[in-house]
Amino acid sequence: MNSIETKDVHLHYGDFHALKGITMAMKKNQVTAFIGPSGCGKSTYLRCFNRMNDLIDNVKITGEILIDEVDIYAKNIRVDDLRKHVGMVFQKPNPFPKSIFENVAYGLRVDGISDKAFIEERVERSLRHAALWDEVKDKLKKSAFELSGGQQQRLCIARTLAIEPSVVLMDEPASALDPISTAKIEELIHELKKDYTIVIVTHNMQQAGRVSDSTAFFYLGELIEYGKTKTIFTSPKDERTQNYITGRFG
Amino acid sequence: MNQLDKELQLIKAKVNAMWELVTAQVSSAREALETANHDLARRVVKRDKKVNTYDSKIDRMCENFFALYNPVAVDLRWVLATLKINANLERIGDSAEGIAQQVREIEGTFSPELLEITRLPEMFTAAQDMLQDAFRAFDDQDTTLARELILRDKLLNKINGKKDRILVKYIQAHPDQIDHCLKMSSVLQKLERIGDQVTNIAEEVIFYVDAKMIKHKSMKKKTKGKKDKPDTGEAPSV
Repeated sequence: MNSIETKDVHLHYGDFHALKGITMAMKKNQVTAFIGPSGCGKSTYLRCFNRMNDLIDNVKITGEILIDEVDIYAKNIRVDDLRKHVGMVFQKPNPFPKSIFENVAYGLRVDGISDKAFIEERVERSLRHAALWDEVKDKLKKSAFELSGGQQQRLCIARTLAIEPSVVLMDEPASALDPISTAKIEELIHELKKDYTIVIVTHNMQQAGRVSDSTAFFYLGELIEYGKTKTIFTSPKDERTQNYITGRFG
Repeated sequence: MNQLDKELQLIKAKVNAMWELVTAQVSSAREALETANHDLARRVVKRDKKVNTYDSKIDRMCENFFALYNPVAVDLRWVLATLKINANLERIGDSAEGIAQQVREIEGTFSPELLEITRLPEMFTAAQDMLQDAFRAFDDQDTTLARELILRDKLLNKINGKKDRILVKYIQAHPDQIDHCLKMSSVLQKLERIGDQVTNIAEEVIFYVDAKMIKHKSMKKKTKGKKDKPDTGEAPSV
């Protein structure tokens, strides 16, 4: 079953044609990786899924993007609701200047939930889901800034999970982390796909290989090749994909 | 267990299943030969396709593992060794099939005298034991046992080395048994090859556990078993 489906998506930043007719479908409860050289459009495309590009001036998007069969650019769609459904984790951990507990509870409070027991239960569950609970359960009231970079990133993932999205977007979630923290995030991605559809942008091809079920290679705003990660990394069809994954360009 | 270890476990489970099948193939080939059971021989020949399927599957799994996980150190050695062990198991499967093929073509059974003078049962038992012990060495990362296997191959070479002289004498005394003798020669040759292939497997076990390449070393150096490990790290827990 497809979780995300896009049809002929074009995106222009003013005169610059950043995405050129992207049509692809991402399966539910799978990890899909976007790879490609800088400026190829992979992050731009990812940000279409929670309408982050709406915040940029002079952006024009055409085509159709369906998430769980709903057209997210339809007029009746409220962007706040969309972003509850489609969570996002960024390159650098960005915890709020609050306690660990309040970081995770933030989305629930914004959503108008005030039931203390419910919030506590959801915070614990989210932290467990993000493989962070055992490390922070005795210091939930401490500032989130006291955590290491890797822990902060997992806290941001817990914050995303607390509002129970269906899709989690990850834009280079481990590129600012050390190898051990990166390994923890990658293990977490494997665990999370049981409950969420995950789309990850990564510059690290080995990471795409390790964590994803499917991989899409973008180049100059075009989707060059998309398929099972095993196939893309062992026998890509397009020469440009082959040259990129073997390090011959990019 | 992290994802890399899970992937290694999946490959290992497939190799274990292939090992079990190949071991059963050799046993069935022996039973078919000793009992002149053409039906069993036919089944061994047919089942070799399954061995080939395992071989292709394990090759593909290893290829994917290299491409997706970029293994290093002991993980790299384990996958490299597994690829070669897989190839050797497939060839042992071919030998079992070849023996079964000889059984299908033979009329009647080998005479007890021919079996005794060629030491075929002894050779079969040695080859089967070696194959089982090679699995133990791989599974337990037991390089002492692997080195013993390399020594035990000498017995198979010795028996096979004497076969021509013994068979020529037998043919001279029993000219009506030429066909049986030629087939016996082929079976003995295949068992000797199984010994070589088990030796190759044992060398791969030593390579993966001790990080030592011994395949082109003298027998003395191969079986010396010095524990001067140059490398790093524990063997993966697969």
